[in-house]
Amino acid sequence: MKPPITVERHPRDKLLRVDRLPHIWCPGCGLGKVISAYSKAIDNSGIERNKHVVVSGIGCSGRASGYLDLDSYHTTHGRPIAFATGLKLANPELQVTVISGDGDLSTIGGNHLIHAARRNINLNVILVNNFIYGMTGGQASATTPYGAKTSTTTKGNYDHPFNLPFLMRAAGATHIARWTVLHHVQLQESIEKAFQHDGFSFVEALSPCPKGFGKKNSFRNAIDTMHYFEQRSELEENPELTQLEIDMDPKSDVIVGEFFAEEKMPYFDSKDRFFHYIGGHQA
Amino acid sequence: MLEEGTYFMKGNHVIAEAAIIAGCRFFGAYPITPASPIAERMSYRLFEEGGEFIQMEDEIASMAAIIGASCAGAKSMTATSGPGVSLMLENIGLAYMMEAPVVIVDVMRGGPSTGMPTLTSQGDINQVRWGSHGDYDVIAYCPSTVQECFDLTIKAFNAAEKYRVPVFIMADQILGLMTSNVKVPRLRDIKIVDRETPMDGDDTYQPYDSSTLVPPMAIAGHGHHVLMTGLTHDERGYPATNPEGQEKLMSRLKRKIYENIDDIVELEEFMLEDAELAIVAYGSEARSVREAIKQAREKGLKVGMLRFKTIWPFPERQVNELSRRVKKIMVAEVNLGQLVHPVREYAVCEVVALTHSGGALHPPAEVLRRIEEEMK
Ligand code: SF4
Repeated sequence: MKPPITVERHPRDKLLRVDRLPHIWCPGCGLGKVISAYSKAIDNSGIERNKHVVVSGIGCSGRASGYLDLDSYHTTHGRPIAFATGLKLANPELQVTVISGDGDLSTIGGNHLIHAARRNINLNVILVNNFIYGMTGGQASATTPYGAKTSTTTKGNYDHPFNLPFLMRAAGATHIARWTVLHHVQLQESIEKAFQHDGFSFVEALSPCPKGFGKKNSFRNAIDTMHYFEQRSELEENPELTQLEIDMDPKSDVIVGEFFAEEKMPYFDSKDRFFHYIGGHQA
Repeated sequence: MLEEGTYFMKGNHVIAEAAIIAGCRFFGAYPITPASPIAERMSYRLFEEGGEFIQMEDEIASMAAIIGASCAGAKSMTATSGPGVSLMLENIGLAYMMEAPVVIVDVMRGGPSTGMPTLTSQGDINQVRWGSHGDYDVIAYCPSTVQECFDLTIKAFNAAEKYRVPVFIMADQILGLMTSNVKVPRLRDIKIVDRETPMDGDDTYQPYDSSTLVPPMAIAGHGHHVLMTGLTHDERGYPATNPEGQEKLMSRLKRKIYENIDDIVELEEFMLEDAELAIVAYGSEARSVREAIKQAREKGLKVGMLRFKTIWPFPERQVNELSRRVKKIMVAEVNLGQLVHPVREYAVCEVVALTHSGGALHPPAEVLRRIEEEMK
């Protein structure tokens, strides 16, 4: 007789919709680590769980919301930040986090990303950057490195990618961090910081997509991207933001860290100032 | 809030004030002619009423934001015109799928494309009904007077809350910018409907319970941990992307409108008792038609009007019944023939179209000339 397989309850399970597991993600995908970091951050946040709301768009990363046992909203492609803006405005007590991918948030949804940053509205955006459209089969996105091979740039990407931390700084984000999914604890701490930060937080999580990106480029096996992150990540606290482009070249460094934080009047406070000016605000 | 009384106001502003009375506490929009006066009014009036106004970066974002706000429990609205509706269509499908109550004001202008931003049209009748992909339903009210801008805005919010669907208010450039008297009743005499919500702590709650046509809607932050998605989903809200899941969900969504169609549809009959020719008209155009019918009656012509105060869902039964008592139906509209098609589908008599390529209403004299021609 075969011994029964005992599945222990994982400590993170209570924040997951365990009845929806197993998830749809590929072996070696980094998305599970992002979920894990986010749910640990929720545990540590001291904020009532029922006040945490997660919103995502479309794509592999967009499926994140569906696995979390929170009020979770799986919206349209590129629009989770706009949706989250409505949620937050209608109930400022909610701790609203957007988890979605580079294709969703920075490519089709780029307009909402920059405008939410400009407003300095108190949202937490976790952008899972795997340099590719994963779910649709590995096409190039706005973060695909120059020269990288994808299913729509078979000879190499001739478009220039976004440098997201630099873009976010220019747009007005007041908390900007980047980690790889290998830096699990740091990623979790940056998410916790995002919860505490009064204003727009942008946390970029670099994540392997062995299927869509890795095997067409220099990372044949799932573990290769992780090895690369392990060997070439460089921590910088105060980097030159213009130098943060990622080329995913095995010989290049990947700069990670808590890049930027400032206090700037957040959306609601700013609005209150002018409410009083108009004379209509009933506090 | 506006108190009981008579006010001399622009149609667009009346829609804004009525929305506030109906309970609207979130408004997100992007400027567009000729709908902008609604946003301008809301930008300070919602502050005064303890609501939130936000000027979004585009209409896609506006539509997404009002769905988000609705999920957080706020009655929500946006206002736009044809080009803005075009951008909103994907998220209108999301609101339908999530069953998030939202109200969209479409102050119609001449199209296609940039068309005639400052001139009237009724060219969005089909767009709102068929523009988003897949099969879906909306409720669309179509005011004809400034007073109806008030009355039907209240009803639009009530219908959105009651049926959890996107609801349109189809005004047009003329009505939006027209100033006229509007009577506001005593607030306690205005019927306001709020969505049903589950009890906090109810563990048996199923967000998309299929044993009822309109399940109660959980509000974010109340501990129900709902999953709301645009994917085909089961009773729990979990993805069920297979033919059985699709059939189950789509049939409930369809039934919730069509089993309540008599509760939703609103029509006005004008001089139809003995009519041989019935004119179907709606919105501003119906004002010209009414005038033309009065003149035709003076000439002894037996003509009347069936005026649609709701355009969608289409009043299939009423149009069919009408077609059995008249000889002919004429559909008068400021487009090249949109509502005439479903009228033809459900009528058993001859149906003719009085069309206009947009920019103005048919003058009553022109409607009268057509009446005389059709009744020869
Ligand atoms: S395609 Fe890429 S991003 Fe999507 S699940 Fe697979 S590894 Fe993850």
